[in-house]
Amino acid sequence: MTKIKTQYNRRSFLKISAAAGGGMLIGFSWFTGCTSDKKIKEQIAIPNEWYEINGFIKIGDTGLVTIYSPNPEIGQNVRTSMPMIVAEELDVDWAHVLVEQAPLNTTIYQNQYAGGSQSIRRGWDALRMAGATGRRMLLEAAAKEWQVAVSDLTVSKGVIKDKNSDRTIGYGEIASKAVGIEIPEEVELKAVKDFKIISTSKKNVDGMKIVTGQPLFGLDFQREGMQLAMIEHPPAFGMKLKDFNETEIKNMPGIKDAFAIDIAVPEPGWFDERGFLQLIAIVGESTWQLMKAKKALKANWEAVGTLESSESHNRQLETALNSTKAEQRRKDGNPEKAFKYAAKVIERTYSCPFIAHNTMEPMNFFAHVKENEVELIGPTQTPQALETSVSKLLDVPIENITVNMTRMGGGFGRRLYVNFGVEAAAISKKTGTPIKLIYTREDDMTQGTYRPSYSSIYKAGLDENNNLIAFSVKGTGLPESPVFPNRFPAGAVEHYLAEDVPGKTNITTGAWRAPRSNFTAAAEQSFLDEVAELAGKDPIDFRLELFERAIKNPVGEKNDYEAERYAGVLKLVREKSKWDQTEPGVSRGVAAYFCHNTYVAEVFDLVMENNEPRIKKVWCAVDCGIVINRDAAINMMQGSVIDGAGHAMYSQLTFSDGTPNEMNFDTYQLMRHAQAPQDIEVFFVENEIAPTGLGEPGLPPAIAALANALYKATGKRYYNQPFMVPQPVVG
Amino acid sequence: MPSFNLNINNNSYSVNVDADTPLLWVLRDHLGLLGTKYGCGIGMCGACTIHFDGNAVRSCLLRISAVGESKITTIEGLSEEGDHPVQQAWLEHDVPQCGYCQAGQIMSAASLLKENPNPSDEDIDLAMNGNICRCGTYVRIKQAIKTASKL
Repeated sequence: MTKIKTQYNRRSFLKISAAAGGGMLIGFSWFTGCTSDKKIKEQIAIPNEWYEINGFIKIGDTGLVTIYSPNPEIGQNVRTSMPMIVAEELDVDWAHVLVEQAPLNTTIYQNQYAGGSQSIRRGWDALRMAGATGRRMLLEAAAKEWQVAVSDLTVSKGVIKDKNSDRTIGYGEIASKAVGIEIPEEVELKAVKDFKIISTSKKNVDGMKIVTGQPLFGLDFQREGMQLAMIEHPPAFGMKLKDFNETEIKNMPGIKDAFAIDIAVPEPGWFDERGFLQLIAIVGESTWQLMKAKKALKANWEAVGTLESSESHNRQLETALNSTKAEQRRKDGNPEKAFKYAAKVIERTYSCPFIAHNTMEPMNFFAHVKENEVELIGPTQTPQALETSVSKLLDVPIENITVNMTRMGGGFGRRLYVNFGVEAAAISKKTGTPIKLIYTREDDMTQGTYRPSYSSIYKAGLDENNNLIAFSVKGTGLPESPVFPNRFPAGAVEHYLAEDVPGKTNITTGAWRAPRSNFTAAAEQSFLDEVAELAGKDPIDFRLELFERAIKNPVGEKNDYEAERYAGVLKLVREKSKWDQTEPGVSRGVAAYFCHNTYVAEVFDLVMENNEPRIKKVWCAVDCGIVINRDAAINMMQGSVIDGAGHAMYSQLTFSDGTPNEMNFDTYQLMRHAQAPQDIEVFFVENEIAPTGLGEPGLPPAIAALANALYKATGKRYYNQPFMVPQPVVG
Repeated sequence: MPSFNLNINNNSYSVNVDADTPLLWVLRDHLGLLGTKYGCGIGMCGACTIHFDGNAVRSCLLRISAVGESKITTIEGLSEEGDHPVQQAWLEHDVPQCGYCQAGQIMSAASLLKENPNPSDEDIDLAMNGNICRCGTYVRIKQAIKTASKL
């Protein structure tokens, strides 16, 4: 057991407001049983009284336990894995746990966002402490009741037992008395070897509701008296709204109102909209009537900036990489000299296009702006940021704004940005009614916040013994460079140079699943494959040699990785994929990457079917420290592989005169069933290191492992994404 | 506005909506059947898949005026207790990530299995290719369909 200071005092666990309850909402599912609700009812009665133990835990008089899941759920499954951590330390039967989404409440919960694969990593200590604190308080209450010492008591699955007698008492029976117990200043945490819930596989707590179509998502949220709303943003980046046929639109059937909104906030944050600040809003009774009104819009837009095109973007990237005005980010040794004297030098350029997030649930949000009071409900990865922006836009104090988070039909970074929630608030402010804003797919795909377009030049120099002695990377992007100067192979090469050339665009961009890493891993790990080939070495051996160097004799002091863990996942994937055996007709590629605190190595097996490459099987080896929910972690990795491979193969967003050419799934290609890998196996490095996240790290290496396997299959290197020429889609 | 009588999940409904309203929006906006999802509105993503006289169709392209007396089944009506073999298999394989596309995937899979109780990998690819999952749960969906075929 580890003793740990709770850093809690009485005031840090304020009671959660009633806003988290289901009472105010119509038929909307906020909380869910960890087995099916029906099974729970068979096992345990629904409580008459609930007792708030702390901000994370509520115990019913029958022993049913509610655990509040603090972070937004975007499909990374934190609504199951975060409560699992609390339940572990609380020592309750998982089958008796209900999970409820916590509202935004920064006095109780820290880091209430879904981004950077940080929920588990940053939540780990707080969640364990919440569980352990609750357990300790329940034990103290029982000890007081029986007049014994806490050390005389044991607990298992929510039942406290007196070691010196046969007495037992359930959490439900003692909960009312635990409420009055002083919150301990120090608690004991379980040893990893004693975990009973963590590292097992627990089913998604919302599984039953998802497969039966219960309302869970923002788009499903309804409120009596609620109106629906849609927006129309400028058709091109660089354009602004002048006016539109307001009267005609207002007179259409089912349309209540039409007006322009302005969502510019003072001192905007990174999460605020920078592109389309003035929009047309249409409010009505039904989605279809709103869609028809959108089609009937006749708006005048004026050009206020450059209307960019993909051709101009590609020229910009090329010019930037040829520019001598690069900003040096890191330099070790003397790369110029080393390249001059190297026995072999290789240089390659990589690129990727803009891509959209395309969450399957389009952007939407519910807002009800009352006099000096705002209620916001919907899918957001950053509830606090939304609250801040709405507070600024409407000049309403933060404490008068509530934000509740619905389950999200995907995030991938798109819902870190708050424009749609702010737009909903602006519309409700104007109408004075509760409204739900809905984007069409076209609104969603053409709105911006895209993954930037990037390009990087990599150069490597080998000595006469085929050792890598010099390495350089120069990266640019629209608008940012993708270079991570201190990541591998920095630290493993004597002469090293990393440079940035920033770019400029009015296409709005943002974080897209594993930002920058999704391109840089693809480029760097494809390049290293080619360098290994030039050196006549096996690609895994070649990388392991470099990690050996970084372990024994690292170059420089600031290297953003642990070489042993990096090498560990490569060794594991080599073993599991039987890398050293070859199979006729099967082409293999490998890649490894470290980002978002987790190490991942992947091997792709490809076969050619009717002259088309088909991904047959993928092996993933992962080091994320302690695995919380094993099967869900495997699911996350499988999804990351498909997401990475799919976008690299098929997806791009191109522009003509500032307008995206792809506006829906007829022209924008995503990986589909028939293109998906037939099997993906996932293996974890077993250790007791504090857990890190899995939402992003599985994606970046997939692109390079795929590119390297494609080379083996076709004899051609793949430098520019998407790797396949987009084809017309049959839905 | 014209009036339409509908047979959905063995219940009768009557609605007054524009004749060109897609069934998807009748379900979602007018009948409170929110399990059927909107994804693209052009029949390219499969999120809105329902059964139309037993066949999987995209409700975003099906005008209410074309429904007539046909029997409509939505995810809410696939089974009474959420225990259709496809739903059971989905839970067994813990398929969903975000979960948004899954109602459509399940409706396509249920229709496939009704036509073809023992589908091959190719049969599954063909029948399911119209259903996009951005989270990438395709491998589990295929496994779940195979499991469901044995239930």
